[in-house]
Amino acid sequence: MLISFCLNGELKKLNISPNRRVTDLLREDFGLTGTKEGCGTGECGACTILADGEPRLSCLMLAAQLEGKKIVTIEGLSDGQKLHPVQQAFIDYGAVQCGFCSPGMILSAAAFLRQTPEPSRDQIRESISGNLCRCTGYQKIVDALEAAAKIMQEE
Amino acid sequence: MREVFVPKSSTELWDMWGSYPNAQVYAGGTDFLVQLRNRKRDASVIICMERLEAFKGVQQQQNMIRIGACTTLSHVLKEPVIRKHIPVLATAIRRLGSPLIRNMATIGGNICTASPAGDTLPPLYILDAVLEICSEQGIRHIALKDFIHGPGQTALMKNEILSCINVKIPQEYQIHHFEKVGKRKAMTCSVASLAGLLKLDHKGVIKGVRLAWGAVGPRVLMSEKVERSLKGMQLSAESLENAVQQGTEIFSPIDDIRASADYRRKIAGNLMRRLVRHVQPDAGYQIRPDTRIRQPENI
Repeated sequence: MLISFCLNGELKKLNISPNRRVTDLLREDFGLTGTKEGCGTGECGACTILADGEPRLSCLMLAAQLEGKKIVTIEGLSDGQKLHPVQQAFIDYGAVQCGFCSPGMILSAAAFLRQTPEPSRDQIRESISGNLCRCTGYQKIVDALEAAAKIMQEE
Repeated sequence: MREVFVPKSSTELWDMWGSYPNAQVYAGGTDFLVQLRNRKRDASVIICMERLEAFKGVQQQQNMIRIGACTTLSHVLKEPVIRKHIPVLATAIRRLGSPLIRNMATIGGNICTASPAGDTLPPLYILDAVLEICSEQGIRHIALKDFIHGPGQTALMKNEILSCINVKIPQEYQIHHFEKVGKRKAMTCSVASLAGLLKLDHKGVIKGVRLAWGAVGPRVLMSEKVERSLKGMQLSAESLENAVQQGTEIFSPIDDIRASADYRRKIAGNLMRRLVRHVQPDAGYQIRPDTRIRQPENI
């Protein structure tokens, strides 16, 4: 099946099996291994990508569903060499331990903060409630997102 | 190799179904694709309904609200019409899954999955939702209560889809209540849930009440006996205790990995006992601010 979609700002046209999971397509065909597979059932959020700006689970999307979509993975979030404020805040606040959840967590949060410029801590927690982290205990992630929200507002 | 089709119109959908009568359909895929992958389901052709614009969106027509079955739960939750007129549904959706799941899962999918723990179901039961079922031959209507036969069992016939959910705005009830108990706050199936609509007079006497429990029986449970026992009574710990006693016989929960049947039965009663805490007499029997949906929020 011929599918065309936009991946991290580049138009892609390719002939692929429509039944392929988007996670597998990104990781194996495009080498974009920032997108992780954790549970494969939509419960952990490690495979989060942005589709038309909205966070979605790439393990529960099939290639056929990509047609005409604008997809952003963690590799495409920064502006060239300049990290996205959420990425920078994760570094500055030590919000990463093993790092497996970070790509999904960052994409969920980036989309949320764009819509909610002045979030409460509770809203931040809710926004990442579909992204599991088994290392940090979430405190530093929430701290980082609070800081990122302020930076995004100033920009 | 499995074929996947993503029709953009119902005409395209019927054409595809005409060519592949055994094709299975899905909307958000948050249950369906998981079942396909762990081989609880099999299909050589599947049809994704996420781009059927005709079956998406929320509209108010006088005192009726129409919700397209392929509308994502995030979209339903954001609709001002839903928040204003049927906050009981909005609150339930907010407790369902996670923002990621809600961005993909649809309200029609939650209904057709027909899980006893489907969180949109108790609110839609007490709202007397009427479903529009669509096939190439036309449209038929069926009450949600008659649509769901048991876990995973619905009245959908071959090559029919759920296209729309119709809800009449419940003007007479000033209190919309939904509470869910799960293992954690997000991303969890209900161990038990309770949706309620209440009409109280200025003295706190119950003039009207609708209650429905999720996850404590094979289907959503409602009890006329419980509702009758509350009508005309002061909303109080005593009247609720009495109603719980009237209601215990209807609960028929199961033991599973999430909770024991005994625990579920207890929770189902406690959810009702707790109703009294959610209502604030001095504010004219309005719902307490902490149980109202927080607004504005953009999740």
